[in-house]
Amino acid sequence: MGAILFLEQCLNGLQLGIMLFLMAAGLTLIFGVMGLINLAHGSLYMIGAFACAAVASWTGSFTLGLVASVVVAAAAGALIEIGVMRRLYQREHLDQVLATFALILISSEAMRWLFGSYPLYLDVPEIFYGAINLFGVLQYSRYRLFIIVLGLLTAVGIYLLINKTRIGMRIRAGAADRQMTAALGINISLIFTLVFALGAALAGFAGALVGSIQSVDIGMGEPVLILAFVVVVIGGIGSIRGALVGAIIVGMVDTLGRGYLPQLLQLILDPVFANTLGAALASIAIYLLMIIILIFKPQGLFPAHG
Amino acid sequence: MSEKYLNRIMIALLVGLPWLAHWLDEPYYVSLATRIAILALAGVGLNLALGLGGMVSFGHAAFFGIGGYVTGILASHAFNSEPIISGFMGTTHMLIIWPLAMLIAAIVAVFIGLLSLRTSGVYFIMITLAFAQMIYYFSISWPTYGGEDGLPIYVRNGFPGLNTLQPIQFFMICCTLLLITLWGVSRLQNSRFGNALQALRQNETRVTSIGINPLGIKLTAFVISATITALAGSLFADLNRFVSPTMFSWHTSGEIMIFVILGGLGRLYGPLAGAGLFILCEALLGGWTEYWQFFLGLLLLGVVLFARGGLIGLLSREQKNA
Repeated sequence: MGAILFLEQCLNGLQLGIMLFLMAAGLTLIFGVMGLINLAHGSLYMIGAFACAAVASWTGSFTLGLVASVVVAAAAGALIEIGVMRRLYQREHLDQVLATFALILISSEAMRWLFGSYPLYLDVPEIFYGAINLFGVLQYSRYRLFIIVLGLLTAVGIYLLINKTRIGMRIRAGAADRQMTAALGINISLIFTLVFALGAALAGFAGALVGSIQSVDIGMGEPVLILAFVVVVIGGIGSIRGALVGAIIVGMVDTLGRGYLPQLLQLILDPVFANTLGAALASIAIYLLMIIILIFKPQGLFPAHG
Repeated sequence: MSEKYLNRIMIALLVGLPWLAHWLDEPYYVSLATRIAILALAGVGLNLALGLGGMVSFGHAAFFGIGGYVTGILASHAFNSEPIISGFMGTTHMLIIWPLAMLIAAIVAVFIGLLSLRTSGVYFIMITLAFAQMIYYFSISWPTYGGEDGLPIYVRNGFPGLNTLQPIQFFMICCTLLLITLWGVSRLQNSRFGNALQALRQNETRVTSIGINPLGIKLTAFVISATITALAGSLFADLNRFVSPTMFSWHTSGEIMIFVILGGLGRLYGPLAGAGLFILCEALLGGWTEYWQFFLGLLLLGVVLFARGGLIGLLSREQKNA
């Protein structure tokens, strides 16, 4: 029983990690290529989830909803990049933090205006109802397994895009030396818009997938945004590989910490106190982890420009 | 109009208008002015680290909240007559609460500052944010002092010789503290320490090369900045007679930063102008539409993109040398 539960918790941790990776990949690309801190990344996650919920309830098709989440979030991302972000690349980080904080206020209120204050609920297709039997011992939610598989496929897709295609080569070149890349005749501002839209699309896609497990509401992007920042900082800002490793670590530590810390502490402490302390410690475990990593490796685990 | 006159006008308005409201028997406007004074004080604290020292702390909500929680915890122990540690029953005296709140915030700030100042740039922003988030989640999941529901302060804490429950008297306390702090920070700004701090923001390598230890200066500024923000948090708790984890949330950090930027980064009276504009926006726009934060966002975006001197810079048309 214990081992099965542990396996299930590990899969849940993996699922959280994969979703965090979809968020963090965009954040870290945008930082690595453009040098921009984008707090509004959580808003794109929210916009994707809302687009999915709206289109899915309109057309009755979850697949169309998912497509809509990607398209709408990418469009919103491109719009934001052209309208606002371009003016911020040469600015200090402080200006970027504030301008993107302003974008959070604007987009959250705009969504409230459009959809009202009540959360929306997203229904997944019937084939994902219920549980599936894994390895003959474990009953696991079909939908969560679907998310894990889809997320892993996306991760592979990003890897191939960045490392094996011509456009990926240009993105990497832009990250390494913006001016030199532009001097070679590559339209760097188009690359920037493209990278931003790609990051936005990934965030929107993650929002739509998670929106069906939880609910779709106004503040949903913010906790995820902060977790994604932790992931990016742990992995090393600008590094996709770091984002993947960081996301899995954060997903596992958070999920397993919540599952097991109270029980572990009960071995040495009074049960009631151990439960309280364990829950409190579990909720801050990933921040502790990040701080410890930053103390020993101030550039994160995989420094991008080493 | 020069910045000096603008500052005098702002102070005159801040001190004068609440008395007018008091005289017209409009306590709502008095409490509005009290909020402005308190939030401006929090901003003055952050401005010391951010504007003068160039330390982009995205975690000052931690200190704001610590100020609030120290106040709430001391008051609730005194109210329920339960000792905190053997023999100390908490207190409802502001004159004891303030130093304690500031002391505890200072201790936490030394710890956070020592670890955070090892990093710089984006990592500094993120690590300060992470510390604040840690305290935020801890305050939510630790049930002793209300957890997610927060902690009420049943009777506003007392100040000798004054009736703090009367809005205008509580306002005078907050306003006086703000003025004293502004005076203190202006002295600090022009001292050797203040010059070193501002020089560090401009060129750390040069300052180090003439034999000044950057960590000591920055850490001191960070800690002073945190204690000022904690004092504001303590007053804020007394104003609302309630503390909740929201005080620790990253939105609070963002808002304190907004006060500083809206008014004008690195300007002594910037946080006052910024907090005033913020609260007036909230009161005026909030009465007109429930989506007022949409317009606040547009305003902030406009200031960041186009008016880099903030409100004071716009009105005084004086450039601040970077």
